[in-house]
Amino acid sequence: MLEIGIEHYLTLASALFTLGVFGIFLNRKNVIVILMCIELMLLAVNINFVAFSAYMGDLTGQVFTMIILTVAAAEAAIGLAILVVFFRTKGSIAVEDISELKG
Amino acid sequence: MSFNPSDLIPILPELFLAVAGMVLLVIGALTGNHKTIFIGKAVLCSFVIAALILLGVDWNHQTVLNEMLVMDQFAGFLKLLVLIGLVASVALSLQYLEQIQTLRFEYPVLILFSGIGMMLMLSANDLLSLYVGLELQSLSLYVLAAIRRDHLRSAEAGMKYFILGAISSGMLLFGASILYGFTGTTNFEGIAASFEAGLTPGALIGMVFILAGLAFKISAVPFHMWTPDVYEGAPTSVTAFFALVPKLAALGLIARLVFEALPAAQDQWMQILWLLAAASMTLGAFAGLAQNNIKRLLAYSSIGNMGYALIGIVAGTQDGVGAMIFYMTIYMIMTAGTFGLVLCMRRDGKAAEKIDDLAGLSKNSPMLAYGLAILMFSMSGIPPMAGFFGKFLIFQAAVEAEMYILAVLGVLTSVVAAYYYLRLIKVMFFDEAADPFEDEISFSRRVVILVSVLFTLLFILKPSALVDISVNAASALFAG
Repeated sequence: MLEIGIEHYLTLASALFTLGVFGIFLNRKNVIVILMCIELMLLAVNINFVAFSAYMGDLTGQVFTMIILTVAAAEAAIGLAILVVFFRTKGSIAVEDISELKG
Repeated sequence: MSFNPSDLIPILPELFLAVAGMVLLVIGALTGNHKTIFIGKAVLCSFVIAALILLGVDWNHQTVLNEMLVMDQFAGFLKLLVLIGLVASVALSLQYLEQIQTLRFEYPVLILFSGIGMMLMLSANDLLSLYVGLELQSLSLYVLAAIRRDHLRSAEAGMKYFILGAISSGMLLFGASILYGFTGTTNFEGIAASFEAGLTPGALIGMVFILAGLAFKISAVPFHMWTPDVYEGAPTSVTAFFALVPKLAALGLIARLVFEALPAAQDQWMQILWLLAAASMTLGAFAGLAQNNIKRLLAYSSIGNMGYALIGIVAGTQDGVGAMIFYMTIYMIMTAGTFGLVLCMRRDGKAAEKIDDLAGLSKNSPMLAYGLAILMFSMSGIPPMAGFFGKFLIFQAAVEAEMYILAVLGVLTSVVAAYYYLRLIKVMFFDEAADPFEDEISFSRRVVILVSVLFTLLFILKPSALVDISVNAASALFAG
């Protein structure tokens, strides 16, 4: 019988985090997908914290997770608000349309 | 565990600002945008009062809230600088907001909240307070970049800043989680003790992630991609704010993190920061050569300047960190004046942002031209202006720490960068005159420009005072 240990959680978290980062850089379509990828990165970090916290029997990690969840909610709200502002002026949320500024 | 309200005294300035921010937010929400100027002035007063409270607080080493936050000479002096920068950026903003019809009451309040975030960053003594301070700052900055809602470039700047900032926060957090797992604590002293007992590869990976996340915030190469776009797209008064304060706070945070939490891994983080410093100086100097937009030019200039400031940390000595603080102080004051003058570049009710728009400024408004010329000479490090002393101290620290390559590279890149600073002077004084700018400059902007130019010019009379204060502030990181 396979015992689920700390290494499995860490592997899962690293995989999710990598997926999140790659999702941001490889995604060429929609900004909403980028916001989802950012959320994925933060949740991967949460898995890390909770796993370490349970493994060491130390509560700090779980407190940290709570705070990350709260900040992530605020961050998502601000991200979506900026997205709405952008959509109102540009009429599109495609990644390739974010191209006004370059040089 | 007993709690005594007087334990909170060391963070009284932050508490005061937080209460003031919430009260002003409510006032703004009740009265609407026509009270923005009043709220802006109230925010200015809050910063001044917070600075006075800060001066009254004991600056000796003490920790607050279960060692979450720390107050010492280093935090005290840098917080004072942050407050000065905040005052300057609000003073520069109000008239500009009126001109671009973006008088929103959130604007000064957001600057205030990001100011609290920066002060918490400078006091952070735990990965948790580091993260919360950093996010409080960053979230306010994202909104500020996009504050001009009807303007595509501003919205796009906010968008780009948000996405890259969120990635950097993710990296920082990932590093924090690994560091927590491998050291068993999030407290800086605990991490230092664990590193002392033995370096594990896992903890080093965590350290690298955290440094990468922080490098984003100070826009060190190769994490600088957002800077030129955000500087160009955001309203100029916001750009001025971005250039003045947040990087000072982030550099202070990096210094505290590496010297208080990671001193045992000095060889490792030194290599990382060495590379960041060298790459930033080089890219800042060369990429700036091709720019025509003055805000973009100043973005590359700030990337390069972050490279010089990082040398102070890489040197790893008390004198090095002192030089970093000294350099950032002078840079902040020079930048305040420069942006004050850039904000004056208006023609037919529109902002003129091209370098060519400065042509023949010496004929139309000689005062502005001479002011900008003095600041540009100083930025390029020509004695006897203040900027020369900043670079001198940094290179001296690098040479004393036997970092000859970095010192030589720094001198060479500052010669290259001098080209684009001096080019501005050439355009202003020797090119065919363009139409004059609007000459209506508000009192507060005049004061900021005047203080900045006079400081730059007269600094040579007593350079030792600021050097002593900076080195003294740095001593707090090397006390134990």
